[in-house]
Amino acid sequence: MDRIADNYFNLAILTRYYPAILDGFWVTCAVAALVVVAGIGGGLAIAVARAFEKRALNAVIVGWIDFFRTMPQLVVIVIVYFALPYGGITLSPFAATVLALGAVLSAFAAEIFTSAIQSIPRGQWDSARALGLGFLPTLFLVILPQAIRLAIPLLTNRTIAIIKGTALGSAVSLPEILGSAQSAMAIAANPSPLSLAAALYLILFLPLVVASRFIERRFGPGWR
Amino acid sequence: MEGLHLFLDNFANLASLTRVYPLLLQGLWLTVLLAVVAVPLATAVGLLIAIAYSFHRRALNVALLVYIDFFRSFPVLVLLVLVFFGLPFVGLTLDGFSAAILALVLNNSGYYGEIFRAGIEAVPMGQRDAARALGLRPLPTVFLVVLPQALRAVIAPLASNSLELVKTTAVASMVALPELLRSARVALEQTYNPTPLMAAGVIYFVLLWPFARLVARLERRMLTRQ
Repeated sequence: MDRIADNYFNLAILTRYYPAILDGFWVTCAVAALVVVAGIGGGLAIAVARAFEKRALNAVIVGWIDFFRTMPQLVVIVIVYFALPYGGITLSPFAATVLALGAVLSAFAAEIFTSAIQSIPRGQWDSARALGLGFLPTLFLVILPQAIRLAIPLLTNRTIAIIKGTALGSAVSLPEILGSAQSAMAIAANPSPLSLAAALYLILFLPLVVASRFIERRFGPGWR
Repeated sequence: MEGLHLFLDNFANLASLTRVYPLLLQGLWLTVLLAVVAVPLATAVGLLIAIAYSFHRRALNVALLVYIDFFRSFPVLVLLVLVFFGLPFVGLTLDGFSAAILALVLNNSGYYGEIFRAGIEAVPMGQRDAARALGLRPLPTVFLVVLPQALRAVIAPLASNSLELVKTTAVASMVALPELLRSARVALEQTYNPTPLMAAGVIYFVLLWPFARLVARLERRMLTRQ
């Protein structure tokens, strides 16, 4: 028992290193917030652009969506951070993580929004046009409000899954929760900082995970 | 022309590729092995959780939901670091492969469990009552009546989660397991050239793209059916 307390909940070590790990907590929050804004905003913009059904543009969009839906997040982060410098583009760990995860989320969000837009019955378009609404007002005032509601459960789950990827930033030495806990563990030769990191992840993600179950029930199949 | 030459030299360097491709191939093999072990294992544990949940024993269900949400809340990498670097301090040392499998299965059995659970709960209670009325015992009722209907409803999220699991095997590179990504990074350090990394990217894409398309199609069909 003592051994476990000493190793995993060592108060002396925790008091020494918690400021660094708390700093990491804020880095994680900042990265997650930026990824959500860039990813969902970008995804919505891509879905709207796709609704115009311009052939060349759609080919580019489908390429973007397929690429970032297919690649593992960590591979994208590593390529952005370690390979791009050879092409003359050097990014900070923070920028590389935000950019990589933002691109991944934008691809998933775009696909979800597009499916949702396409699942709105054709009659909605036709009746809005018959009432004299143009293409854009129909899209923004009639179709999107319904489509976004349909997209919410899938989008929530996907967003949570991707912002959990902020921990992957530690692979490119981003000092987020996991990264700062690992350096503290290395210096202290004691895994208590990891316990603190685990607790912080629970505080951050457990409410989101629990909430996502209720959102799914509230907005899921059968909801009107 | 000069620019293109420089670009190819850096990102598609044949000399570098011929030197490192055995390493990449070895990495690919390990990635496939991780996926082949982790996907069935996590699916099985998830299915067991969901079946246990379907009997609606209150205390058991609370425990199962806690398990599901607890392990879904951690990023896989955090679980992996806890297992690989944390456990040795109490004398439990796992090699990279076992640690990666354990972390992947803990996290994904939560995801699979939630998917199966939601699918089973969506089957109307009347199906179960009718099966019981026909004289089926609880277990045959679950396996012959409830599960077949539940599975059909959750094919899309199942496929999507399995794809995500295979993609997540790349985190094993963080505990020095020489799977595809790790091999590529080692090769990058040997050749001072990002070609191996680009090659690994291409391998991941070629390997996973058909599945990504399939998942997209299944998800789309599910949304339209609503």
